[in-house]
Amino acid sequence: MSYRNDPYDPKQAALLAPEALDDAVAEAGKAFAAAADLDALGALKSVHLGDRSPVSLARREIGSLPPAAKSDAGKRVNVARQSIQGAFDARLAELQLERAARVLVEERVDVTLPWDRRPRGARHPLTTLMEHMADLFVGMGYEIVEGPELELEWVNFDALNIGPDNAVRGSMDSFYVDVPGLVMRTHTSPGQVRTMLTRQPPIFVVSPGRAYRSDELDATHSPVFHQIEGLVVDEGITMAHLRGTLDHFARAMFGPDAKTRWRPHYFPFTEPSAEFDVWFEQHRDGPRWVEWGGCGMVNPRVLTACGIDPERYSGFAFGMGVERTLMFRNGVSDMHDMVEGDVRFTRTFGMEV
Amino acid sequence: MKTTLSWLREYVELPAGLTAEQLDAALVDLGMEVESIVDQAATVKGGLVVGRVLEIEELTGFKKPIRFNLVDVGNAAPQEIICGARNYAVGDLVVVILPGGELPGGFAVGARKTYGRMSAGMICSARELGLGDDHSGIIVLPAGAAEPGADARGVVGLDNVLVEVEITPDRGYEMSLRGMARELSYHFGTAYTDPADRPAPGATAEPPYPVRVDDPVGCDRFAARVVRGIDPHAASPEWMQRRLIAAGVRAISLPVDITNYLMLELGQPMHVFDLNRLRGGLVVRRATPGEKLTTLDGVARVLDAEDMVICDDSGPISLAAVMGGETSEWQPDTVDVLLEAAHWDPVMVGRTARRHRLFSEAAKRWERGVDPQLPLVALQRAVELLTEYAGGTVDERVLDIDHVVPPAPVELDPTLPARRIGVSYSADQVVDLLGRVGCTVTGTDPLVVTPPSWRPDLLAPADLVEEVARLGGYQEIPSLLPPAPGGGGLTAVQRRRRTVGRAIAEAGYVEVLSYPFVAPEVHDAFGLAPDDPRRSAVRLTNPLSEEEPQLRTSLLPPLLATLKRNLGRGLRELALYEAGQVFRPRLVETAPGPMAVDRRPTDAEWAAANRIVPDQPWHLAAVLAGDVEPAGWWGSGRAATWADAVEAARIALSAAGVPADRVSVRAAEYAPWHPGRCAAVLVDDVVLGHAGELHPAVVSALELPKRTCAMELNLDAVPPAPVVQAAALSTYPPALIDVALVLDATVPAADVQAALVAGAGELLESVYLFDVYASDQLGAGLRSLAYKLTFRAPDRTLTVEEAVAARDAAVASAAARTGAVLRGA
Repeated sequence: MSYRNDPYDPKQAALLAPEALDDAVAEAGKAFAAAADLDALGALKSVHLGDRSPVSLARREIGSLPPAAKSDAGKRVNVARQSIQGAFDARLAELQLERAARVLVEERVDVTLPWDRRPRGARHPLTTLMEHMADLFVGMGYEIVEGPELELEWVNFDALNIGPDNAVRGSMDSFYVDVPGLVMRTHTSPGQVRTMLTRQPPIFVVSPGRAYRSDELDATHSPVFHQIEGLVVDEGITMAHLRGTLDHFARAMFGPDAKTRWRPHYFPFTEPSAEFDVWFEQHRDGPRWVEWGGCGMVNPRVLTACGIDPERYSGFAFGMGVERTLMFRNGVSDMHDMVEGDVRFTRTFGMEV
Repeated sequence: MKTTLSWLREYVELPAGLTAEQLDAALVDLGMEVESIVDQAATVKGGLVVGRVLEIEELTGFKKPIRFNLVDVGNAAPQEIICGARNYAVGDLVVVILPGGELPGGFAVGARKTYGRMSAGMICSARELGLGDDHSGIIVLPAGAAEPGADARGVVGLDNVLVEVEITPDRGYEMSLRGMARELSYHFGTAYTDPADRPAPGATAEPPYPVRVDDPVGCDRFAARVVRGIDPHAASPEWMQRRLIAAGVRAISLPVDITNYLMLELGQPMHVFDLNRLRGGLVVRRATPGEKLTTLDGVARVLDAEDMVICDDSGPISLAAVMGGETSEWQPDTVDVLLEAAHWDPVMVGRTARRHRLFSEAAKRWERGVDPQLPLVALQRAVELLTEYAGGTVDERVLDIDHVVPPAPVELDPTLPARRIGVSYSADQVVDLLGRVGCTVTGTDPLVVTPPSWRPDLLAPADLVEEVARLGGYQEIPSLLPPAPGGGGLTAVQRRRRTVGRAIAEAGYVEVLSYPFVAPEVHDAFGLAPDDPRRSAVRLTNPLSEEEPQLRTSLLPPLLATLKRNLGRGLRELALYEAGQVFRPRLVETAPGPMAVDRRPTDAEWAAANRIVPDQPWHLAAVLAGDVEPAGWWGSGRAATWADAVEAARIALSAAGVPADRVSVRAAEYAPWHPGRCAAVLVDDVVLGHAGELHPAVVSALELPKRTCAMELNLDAVPPAPVVQAAALSTYPPALIDVALVLDATVPAADVQAALVAGAGELLESVYLFDVYASDQLGAGLRSLAYKLTFRAPDRTLTVEEAVAARDAAVASAAARTGAVLRGA
């Protein structure tokens, strides 16, 4: 078989003409570009790349060419087809991007709408503040001790060297109940006593909790209040250790620039005793020193009553007001807010203080 | 204790330019809490001068008479001043505040037109200057008091600094000028003159008046002097009156003022009797129970066997150390007086003062401790002052019945102050500092320290250590952190309480801290049965409010009161919680015997004592009213229901680390809950609390919103959380099968679920109730419960047959235990 002798019919192979292929490419390109959306483009695919498309028909004509021309024509058809396919793919990608962008625009929402369908609760700032304090001392190696709020008089008073004739034991100051020998604890110091009765030094404990004194509720006093009591008993404990501990505590509560001072005072359960003041810049009557709590070296009589040898061991104790801390630290000016349970007050603080 | 700086300066040298800040710092350093320091000179600002009235023109036509005055205030031209007062005449010296000045209370004085005339400044009354209450007219100064134009502050007594301090209960000696001045001399290191350091005649063989002390424990010293023929009209000198007023003491009469003055100066309370009103010799003794005495305040008092009284033949005439009686008291016509200065037992005085609610200035001093060596000096001073200002003749005889025990010496290791304070005081320093306090120190190791007579508080080495630290300066003590041993962190119970609180708050509840006081009527409102143990409450003997004398046995009553307070403030959607102690009395125990303090109680004593302490477990409670999920732009809200309350209990138990399979819930009838909407919440089949909707009757009785819900758990009864052991996770796919079971509607869902779990075997990973359905089609009294069962094997992909077999076993178990029928089967 000789292809050379095959007659070449240019009419038959018109679709394979370079011009015709170029036209097909140009037509397709124009049509794709004109397609407005993915559906229109999809409809054009068969027209320009389907079985009846010019390039597909041109490919069929290759068989009619002489062998020498087939390869060349095949290449040209392929080039044309790839060009059309390329144009299609490019337009497809373009339209897909457009559509994706449009969907994003259409799906736009007002992100500022509220969605508080399950309102959050809150913890009372006195609770979280006591936890904050406890954490500070736990970090320093202390443990947290607790005790009953309705306490033995012996624990609340006698063991703490508050003798039967001390005025604070009167009903003007302390709540009594119909069980003789019991009193609503007037401070969290009973925690000290209960701790010392059950273990030997070294003792490093704090006791946060509720205490009761028969005061009327006013802006700065509550008959039910909270204290954090600290007690350290070991060999060689000095008043310098007490000061260092309270300075550290004050800075942790009121910031690194907290100003503190202490001054001699009297408590039956400590000797020497002091009151510890912090400088309160935001006091409603102007900046001033305000009493944060009492402290001192544990009175040897207290150690003796609790079975700890006062010759060998010494210790310090302190009791700071939690409400006062909240007042100074968080600007609470009225005790009523802390005791009335108005949810607006607690919500202000959320989960931490 | 109130006094003036100038009075203090009589006994202690103080820096000339001492400022209020320096004085404040000194007092604080010494341990005297400063109530106030008021520089009177600074209370009136600007020019306050003496003026002489030159002309007075009466202005008429106004509502009240008004005077237009020309006043010489030391300038070339006289000052024109309008004045409404009428108690002065031309030529009088008055006190003028010049324009630009300011009166106490921030009242600024200027030059302005008033009543048609110019008025430059103001003529002042005593009240306007803050000198007293007199506003009946302006101050008219004595002729020749000062020249016009001179500063008027000194002339009217506005040149003093008023000092008010609070004295701690252990330092009675500071309740006197003598003591305060002594303290200030330590601080400033300056000279001190002891006003008690003066000669005074001692007891004579014959007393001026017969006295017998029957109880030398209650009265360890009784001294007296007699002065006859005083001028009953003699007034106290002005300087004395001023000092008394500055100290807050009312001036009464010369003899009484002298005793008050000496109480302030020396610290010795005294008493004046009218000699001619005494009937026979005096006897100092304990009162007989029921004896009566009308004290000076006009109150008829019934005396106690512990009270000390001074008696004459007529019976008690004075409640010793606390208040005198009406019959023997000084009267305006008294000419012969018996002055008494005694020393009383501080414990006795304290009890008497409290018993009779008589907290007199004298009682305050006795209770804190008075120097027993003062009586003779005080009497001598009193006699001198009385005769100086009222004449009369002093009886030379002196009565002094003295049973005073001298202060006991205290042995002090000279290194103890350094070891307790952390400042390296040398032995010499310790001796020096204690010497300055007034102690006599002998010996070297130990030091033998004898406190002065005015320091009954110095009883033990620790007391001396405090004095060393105090005079050495608290501010000198360094700030050191002690080395702590390794701590154990929070206990499991403490961590659990925190976690539960956080979980409940995260679930939408707001924490409140209520007072634990409740009214007994609340138990009725709660519908508690007569024998309900929650009715048995500890009762306060001195409650804040008589209406709420009991301690809570449940957290709910105070928590519901807090809920109502919030509702009253216009808040509607409320979910509150509280964690706190409840108080459960122990009814069977009798009071323990007294325990000593000079040793540790024995274990038996300690155990016996603790048996009366009520059980005070921590409870957790929550209450709900209104919507738990609010309505919003997303749609309608959801009201809180019994189910939220039950879920709160589950959340708490889950946070407490109790595995879900150990928690169960069952229907219960328990006040104050709705009998059909109350769940008992159990762990390991032990009831730990209840949750649900409150009984409608309770809601109505307490005026709560309809369908208020509540939950309460005994947190302390929750068993400790186990250490969680991790389970191996299967990575094979699950097989999910839904089953709908039809059964009697009264069968609790919890029972059905338990039956499914029991029957499904080990392949069951989870069971989840996703639908509860009842309809007429289903049949009356029936309901459908639809569960999603998830099966998974640890080691393989389950075949359909295996999963279906497990499902069938689960359904069979439910059918057997609850009568459930597989729907559609």
